[in-house]
Amino acid sequence: MSPRRVLGIESRANPGPSPNIVESQRFITRSRLKDADYNMAEVKDIEIKDSAASAAEALAGIDAQEEELTDLQGEKLTLNMGPSHPSTHGVLRIVLELDGEVITKADPDVGYLHRGDEKIAENMTYTQFIPYTDRLDYLAPLANNVAYALAVEKLMGIDKDLPPRCQYIRVICCELARVSAHLLGLGAFAMDVGAMTVFLHTFTEREKIYNLIEALTGARFTTSYTRIGGLSRDLPTHWIKDCERFLAGVEINFYETERLLTRNKIFVDRTKDVGVLPLDVAIDYGVTGPNLRASGSNHDIRKVHPYLVYEDLDFDVPVGTVGDSYDRYLVRIEEMRQSVRIIRQCLKNLPDGPISIADGKTVLPPKDKVLTSMEELIHQFVLVTQGVDAPKGQIYFGAENPKGELGFYIKSKGGGAPHRLKIRAPSFVNLSALPYLLKGSMMSDTVAILGSIDFVMGESDR
Amino acid sequence: MANSAKRLAQKLTKAFPQALGELEEFRDEITIAVDTASEIASICQYAKTELGFDYLVDISSVDNYGDDPRFEVVYELYGYEHQSHLRLVTQVSEEAASLPTVTGIWRTADWHEREIYDMMGIRFEGHPDLRRILMWEGYPHYPLRKDFPLAGKPTELPEIAFTKEAPLEGGPFVTTPGAGDRVKSEPRSKS
Repeated sequence: MSPRRVLGIESRANPGPSPNIVESQRFITRSRLKDADYNMAEVKDIEIKDSAASAAEALAGIDAQEEELTDLQGEKLTLNMGPSHPSTHGVLRIVLELDGEVITKADPDVGYLHRGDEKIAENMTYTQFIPYTDRLDYLAPLANNVAYALAVEKLMGIDKDLPPRCQYIRVICCELARVSAHLLGLGAFAMDVGAMTVFLHTFTEREKIYNLIEALTGARFTTSYTRIGGLSRDLPTHWIKDCERFLAGVEINFYETERLLTRNKIFVDRTKDVGVLPLDVAIDYGVTGPNLRASGSNHDIRKVHPYLVYEDLDFDVPVGTVGDSYDRYLVRIEEMRQSVRIIRQCLKNLPDGPISIADGKTVLPPKDKVLTSMEELIHQFVLVTQGVDAPKGQIYFGAENPKGELGFYIKSKGGGAPHRLKIRAPSFVNLSALPYLLKGSMMSDTVAILGSIDFVMGESDR
Repeated sequence: MANSAKRLAQKLTKAFPQALGELEEFRDEITIAVDTASEIASICQYAKTELGFDYLVDISSVDNYGDDPRFEVVYELYGYEHQSHLRLVTQVSEEAASLPTVTGIWRTADWHEREIYDMMGIRFEGHPDLRRILMWEGYPHYPLRKDFPLAGKPTELPEIAFTKEAPLEGGPFVTTPGAGDRVKSEPRSKS
């Protein structure tokens, strides 16, 4: 039998959980003598203290222990996060030093996905390395392909000679990759701070991008679409129509995503003024891309040092004001809109013509020519066995990738393979600002900060 | 753009006439050779405060195996204000294998220098926290050096990572580093 039945304890006018837990709850007790005496029950007040109130009372009486308790407050707790924590989106490990809920020190530990891409690059021809660039920022492989191809072309001095159709298609590739990467970045970010629906929304659109990429390159993920001096293949038939249909749909998706997040109280509370990165600190840490622009810089390589045909395209660069997680989110949303704008212009003005440089010493000749013509056969043989003939010298080329400035430093001693190829990975550099960002923030803000930085470990660890 | 970079580079060489060598221009990029490697920190400090190179894009290292000095460390500088790019190249000998740090000038240098120490074995004097970054603490080799084989080396740490040489070593699909020309190092020359 329940105590209520036995003792007749009944809570009358219970207003729900009291805002002040120390306040005692009042019950009205009805002492029950006999079954028949229900109506004649005597009503008296008793006070039942809850545990927090009795704890506070117990502590109030003890002065001697107070000193010990304040000592304990300074004690640091070391907490290991990762390398496989859901909010690190990969294999990032962070050693956090906590004072209560506040992070006093954060030490990111990268390298769990190190594959030695730079060493690999030294041991193969420039063209053979293209598939490895897919696996840098594996959320935007097309943009990596383009950046790498442009770097090698800059070394060879042919980056200005690319046929217009090739340049337009490459821009479309870059921007599709940007939309895809930001959709995933935002979806995962929103999921980390508790909005599961957004993730499902953005993933639906990413699936459509993958279908487009599959039609374009033959692979959904590992595209390897560019070649030194051109592209591996032209647009398939109906691709432009499909792409236009996708663009119309994805804009609605941006709108819906914004409806779900931009004025969502929980999302705003969890991201606004969280992880503030002032502009001078961002520059000091070498932070690039949307993270830098959220801090107030309008530096966009596509605008400042335009490559491909970005010069002729009309688009805006969104800039944040505060540099917090919320600004980083807003900048990414707007960047996707601008990407759609760029793709529309490219599809509209897409010129006809070849997709590769007409130079047999750089680009593989068409198969039918190889089998019928002596000169093309020789070109094909030399290209396949020795690679392109790059001059001596050193170059650095940085491209505006979804995560920031993806740069390639190439030192060539001539011939078909680089003497040294250094990849300046934006995720690696952006992550190096983590100790600054996490220090002093609350433990629960870690996921919001990590999500808003939007990094990829495949690129960071190379 | 290249013009303003050239002007800034000339200013820099004027400020450090002994330490800096010739300007070199290739593909619209200016490269300055730093002859006195020990001066690199003060050169970088001057480039940042006086010439406005506030953004250190990257630090790379090159192993010219067989040459003396063996290593090159490459600094890519950029200024957001004047939007010019400048490259400084220093030489580091194998015996010294050390350079002054630039972490006090750009905080981004911290991880770049750790990576170079990890991959190439060049120490940075004055670096606040010079640990390995991509490989694990205690790994005995410097994998980006040219004398480190592509197939890997066995280590004496039995529990950590792989301790045997990679199965493809010497196989038909592995290029031979340092085999002279491309034809000799190309995998198919072995079959």
